[in-house]
Amino acid sequence: MIKNKKDNIKGILIEGLTLSSALLIIAIILTMITVIVIGGKSQISWEFLTSFPRDGMTKGGIFPAIYGTALLVIIMSVAAVPFGTITAIYLTEYANENSIIAKTIRFAVRTLAVIPSIIYGLFGLGFFIKFVGVQMDNVFMGGQLKWGQPNILWASLTMALLTLPVVIVSVEEALKTVPKELRAASLALGATKWQTIWKVVIPGSISGIMTGTILAVSRGAGEVAPILFTGAAYYVATLPGSFADQFMVLGYHIYVMTTQSANVDQTLPIQFGTTLVLLALTFILNISAIVLRYRIRKKKIG
Amino acid sequence: MAKKTKKGKKSIIDSETGLIDITRKKFRWSDYLAEKLIKGVAFLSITIIALIFFFVFREAFPIFTPDKSQPKTEATNTKDLVQETYGEIVDNSANSNAQETYGEVTDPANSAEVQETYGEVVDTTTQNKTSEKIYQVSSGSGADENRAALKTLLGKEWVPVSEKPRYGILALIIGTFKITIISILFAAPIAILAALYTASFAGKRMKEFIKPAIELLAGFPSVVIGFFALMVLATFLQNIFQYDTRLNAFVGGIAMGIAAIPIIFTITEDALTAVPKTYNEASLALGASKWQTAFFVILPAATPGIFAAILLGIGRVFGETMIALMATGNAPLIGANPFESVRTLAATIGAEMAEVVFGDTHYNVLFLIGSLLFVFTFAINAIAEFYVKGKLMKRIQGK
Repeated sequence: MIKNKKDNIKGILIEGLTLSSALLIIAIILTMITVIVIGGKSQISWEFLTSFPRDGMTKGGIFPAIYGTALLVIIMSVAAVPFGTITAIYLTEYANENSIIAKTIRFAVRTLAVIPSIIYGLFGLGFFIKFVGVQMDNVFMGGQLKWGQPNILWASLTMALLTLPVVIVSVEEALKTVPKELRAASLALGATKWQTIWKVVIPGSISGIMTGTILAVSRGAGEVAPILFTGAAYYVATLPGSFADQFMVLGYHIYVMTTQSANVDQTLPIQFGTTLVLLALTFILNISAIVLRYRIRKKKIG
Repeated sequence: MAKKTKKGKKSIIDSETGLIDITRKKFRWSDYLAEKLIKGVAFLSITIIALIFFFVFREAFPIFTPDKSQPKTEATNTKDLVQETYGEIVDNSANSNAQETYGEVTDPANSAEVQETYGEVVDTTTQNKTSEKIYQVSSGSGADENRAALKTLLGKEWVPVSEKPRYGILALIIGTFKITIISILFAAPIAILAALYTASFAGKRMKEFIKPAIELLAGFPSVVIGFFALMVLATFLQNIFQYDTRLNAFVGGIAMGIAAIPIIFTITEDALTAVPKTYNEASLALGASKWQTAFFVILPAATPGIFAAILLGIGRVFGETMIALMATGNAPLIGANPFESVRTLAATIGAEMAEVVFGDTHYNVLFLIGSLLFVFTFAINAIAEFYVKGKLMKRIQGK
């Protein structure tokens, strides 16, 4: 084929079109970050981060929301990370890649990843609160209402289900980077399969498990829909002290402040400040996950 | 044990590594238990799917069985309570005309609703408590209401709280599809072209910049995107297009498109890089230029993957709750105008679930909407997974 001028121009145009699409996405990201940083940076102070809301939520800080978010992701990780890691170990170490069981589990994991987060909220309500909680009340509390209502435990467990696929996928990727020779060497030395997994495979993929945990925490900290009616509260005067308490969360705080508070304009700085805190939190988590994963991939190649 | 040794005899050499596999020689209880335990946990994800199916449908089910003696919470005092709380929006016209421009307190209808949801925490817990108690007492008066609700289910009016509640899911479905179309029309071309750029044209350094950036966008909490849409994008777009309602399907669609871009981009990019290098080389060797190869060879070869990417993007937008709640205006209008407010299925659940009486018709209808969303996303994922992947593999393997 003889390249002519017309084709060249067309090529430049088309390449430019694809390039500008990529740049547009970058621009959107940068715009969002800039707007939120500019709007929120004057609000950020030590006091804002460490004090309670005052004067009908129009002044004061967001400490309970930060505390609640931290508690939520901790309980969530405790539930999601072990189960996610074990599932990933099963998929990479035990299951035959082509067996129906492995395929079904993989399909289930991918389905879990695409189910809308609001469905998890409904499930948390229908299963944890209305089923498990009510049963627990009947058995332990003699019918008195304690567990059969929204609280931090049910919210965290709901969130754990949502973040389970995130953990599974990251850990699986990390497990695959452990070289086959290492496993073979361990087995050749007389270790059993479980010993090999416990002493060789898991330590070799600890950074992958970390990545999975970080990504899960970042996802869990930002999601609001699953906890809308499983435990998040608009305002609670005290920090959650037990599993049966309701709690405040950054994301939910942003939502109620922007859409349901009595005076939206007056609380605008707080809204921007809260959004900035949440964004910064997820950013730090995501960037460290990206860096960690980048290292893992490099290790795989090198 | 006998079984194990038999297995060992069959093949003592690992087919993959070519090394002698000693684990099969000796039977150990700890290993056996570990394996069974791990296998059991691995089934958890399947179990969760089954449980979600069961429990979401279970709560939606009473709507279809009006005559069954399902305990209802329709005792008189809770009913009073509901009417009291929702007194403001009994009228249909008030609801649809209000168009709930969140963020502008001047709107009287809006501020009325604000006041009603303010201090919600205390309300819901007490409400739950009363309804919970009555739940156990149970009176069968919900049957009529369920039958009436079932009739209105395919109507176009969504007025769940009134003297004569109408649960026209159709209005919500239309709203959801409208917003999905807008956001995919916005997100898909951008994401696919950007993926094509990253896969075919970009240098190594550019790639290492774009891919993490998009991963970062994927990590944006949807409530942050919703906030951005509500505060900045809505005003910005209104200044450009000069429409009346500040929050509408268009704003919501664009915001959800932003949320869908990372998904479409990532899957498309994967599909594009999965196209064998030989295709690329063959095309270049025949004298085609780089862009011709990208557009006429690589892109067509990856179409099933791109199709899957768009499907999963649709799934993401379809179930998106927070952006819909914050940026679409939340009025159940069904016109074709993209600059009108809409109310989506997911947003309806998110907005109303916290305020319904547990177990009544409205509650069941919300779960029914949830079931619809679940079935839809499940189906989309299944199509993307089986149909598309099979086709892609076939095409790449040249069968």
